[in-house]
Amino acid sequence: MIKLSYREAIRQAMMEEMERDPDVVLIGEDVGCYGGCFQVTPGMIERFGPRQVIETPVSEECIVGVAVGAAMMGMKPIVEVMYGDFSTLAADPLINHAAKIRFMSAGQQSVPLVYRTPMGSGTGAAAQHTQSLEALFTNVPGLKIVYPASPTDAKGLMKSAIRDPDPVLFFEHKLYGAEELVPQEDYLIPIGKADIKRQGSDVTIITYGKTVFTALEAARVLENDEISAEVLDLRSLRPLDTEAILASVKKTGRVVVLHEAPRFGGFAGEIVSTIVEDLEAFSALKAPVVRVCGLDMPTPFNKNLEQQLPPSSKRIIESVLAMFRG
Amino acid sequence: MSKLPNKEKALGMYRQMYLIRKYEERIYYLFLEGIMPGTIHQSTGQEACAVGMLYDLRKDDYMASTHRPAGHDLAKGVSLRGMMCEMFGKEDGCCHGKGGAMHTGDVEVGALVANAIVGGNLPIAAGVALAFKMQKKDNVIVCFFGDGATNEGSFHESMNAAAIWKLPVIYVCENNLYSATTSIALTCNMPNPAADRAVAYAIPAEVVDGNDVLKVNEAAAKAIKRARGGEGPTIIELKTYRHGGHSRNDACQYRPKDEEKHWFDRDPVKNFRDVLISTQLATEQELKTIEKAIESDIDESVEYAQNAPFPQIESALADVYWEGK
Ligand SMILES: Cc1ncc(C[n+]2csc(CCOP(=O)(O)OP(=O)(O)O)c2C)c(N)n1
Ligand SMILES: [Mg+2]
Repeated sequence: MIKLSYREAIRQAMMEEMERDPDVVLIGEDVGCYGGCFQVTPGMIERFGPRQVIETPVSEECIVGVAVGAAMMGMKPIVEVMYGDFSTLAADPLINHAAKIRFMSAGQQSVPLVYRTPMGSGTGAAAQHTQSLEALFTNVPGLKIVYPASPTDAKGLMKSAIRDPDPVLFFEHKLYGAEELVPQEDYLIPIGKADIKRQGSDVTIITYGKTVFTALEAARVLENDEISAEVLDLRSLRPLDTEAILASVKKTGRVVVLHEAPRFGGFAGEIVSTIVEDLEAFSALKAPVVRVCGLDMPTPFNKNLEQQLPPSSKRIIESVLAMFRG
Repeated sequence: MSKLPNKEKALGMYRQMYLIRKYEERIYYLFLEGIMPGTIHQSTGQEACAVGMLYDLRKDDYMASTHRPAGHDLAKGVSLRGMMCEMFGKEDGCCHGKGGAMHTGDVEVGALVANAIVGGNLPIAAGVALAFKMQKKDNVIVCFFGDGATNEGSFHESMNAAAIWKLPVIYVCENNLYSATTSIALTCNMPNPAADRAVAYAIPAEVVDGNDVLKVNEAAAKAIKRARGGEGPTIIELKTYRHGGHSRNDACQYRPKDEEKHWFDRDPVKNFRDVLISTQLATEQELKTIEKAIESDIDESVEYAQNAPFPQIESALADVYWEGK
């Protein structure tokens, strides 16, 4: 095991894959000598040179489209887009091209690309650099979507994403410095498998990305009230590990679905539906399912105001306690 | 006057142009009869663009097309049967009935599945060209788009990227003077929407009579040579004209009659036929034989397609993701 930060884990995964397969290339704005907007890629251009690390113009639609074309020709491009917010500009090549080309061509063509971008608040970067836009993409068949929280998962999922024959959106949270012991050998985390980050028996908190940490914090506090909370980290949003969700719900009978994106129309709705559509899980419920999400508003700049937006452990705890109060 | 090709090439080009013309005509009638499903964007009148540009490409070179792909696909070598079956949504279609009129293609012959997002294929073609470069291959890609596509952001982003990376891509604007029903003169302040903008990216550009297959072919040869030689992209703007409406439902009432007459008098298929006869590259008899053979091939393909089976319903869900084939 070796201690790695979230950004180092992602970097290592990319570098090991680029070492293994010269068709794996990194494409993005300022990913070369600067090392990327969030410093995920320092040292990569020095190690791999400009053939495998390609600096691009500020042209998101074009560079993601370029990645689509290169992927169709057998390359394995990883595109970095500086902020998830700019995914709006990359939406056409992702939604209309990457997600459709295999299907429209009846399997003649594949688009094995990885689209990496960070999401979420907490950086004081205000309304256009802090959004959580995953739900814009979860409704698009043809895309796979992962959102790892821990360095271990980030590394294993990045490797799986690179080796996957379909387009994978790899969303990152911005706790890039978060560290953990990570296995040193080559390993993969399969896309589509959730992970129980904390075992519990009274309530399940289902989440992904940065709020996994918020959930763990809440679970520790709930222990004081003798409530045993399970934290289920989805890791992948598409495909979704329905089995893991239902199993945990049947075990605990109480559910909080948690994410930073706004509640209205958010991915939490999909998870809740998955639960209530299953007769056994539905019958196991001892309380209504609760969604704890980001507030329905753009992110304000001021730090104190910004902190109001993401779901806090306090909000989670209150929701859970309310379930027990009945 | 352009240099004449040898007889074999001249007849080969004519054969393709005539095939495209008759294919599109036939599709049109099938639509009028209500036999054919979906929508159509036909390339009748633009045959010289497709054939002139693609005739000298190698099979392992690529071509990226638009919502108006039939001429490009036939010229790149997609089979007539595969095209016709796709139009009918049949299992034997080049995309097994899943692509339809706007997404025909066949990777085996270097025809990427066509892209119906206006401007959508421009960055993809740059990416294909970037892959050739990274893989140290000498292949090139020809990317077609319309005059309307030059007003998309993707046009400008892609020209810039192709230029800075010196990509082996040939960007071919078929300027048929209209994007859907809107005159390009109303939406672009330059007479040549693609070629005039090329200077902004330091890409060499040429404006060519798109109804003269030999002139198109000459421009193509230069651009292909540049691309294959590692000298980077070229923009070719072909002046041409649709003979029909924009799509199935367009009766095409918005074009001035004298403009239509001017262009219809310069029919690329008829004109090339006249050249072949007047230069004695072919006899009337030879051309008639070619034409008859093509017409019967088309009859055969329609007959085949109409009787061919539909895809199995179970196949509807296939190919959303890789299935380990
Ligand atoms: C992004 C996008 N916007 C609009 C359309 C609808 N549309 C289809 S074809 C077309 C006109 C395109 O004109 P041009 O690029 O000149 O090509 P042409 O049809 O003349 O071949 C439009 C607006 C589309 N398919 N994609
Ligand atoms: Mg046009």
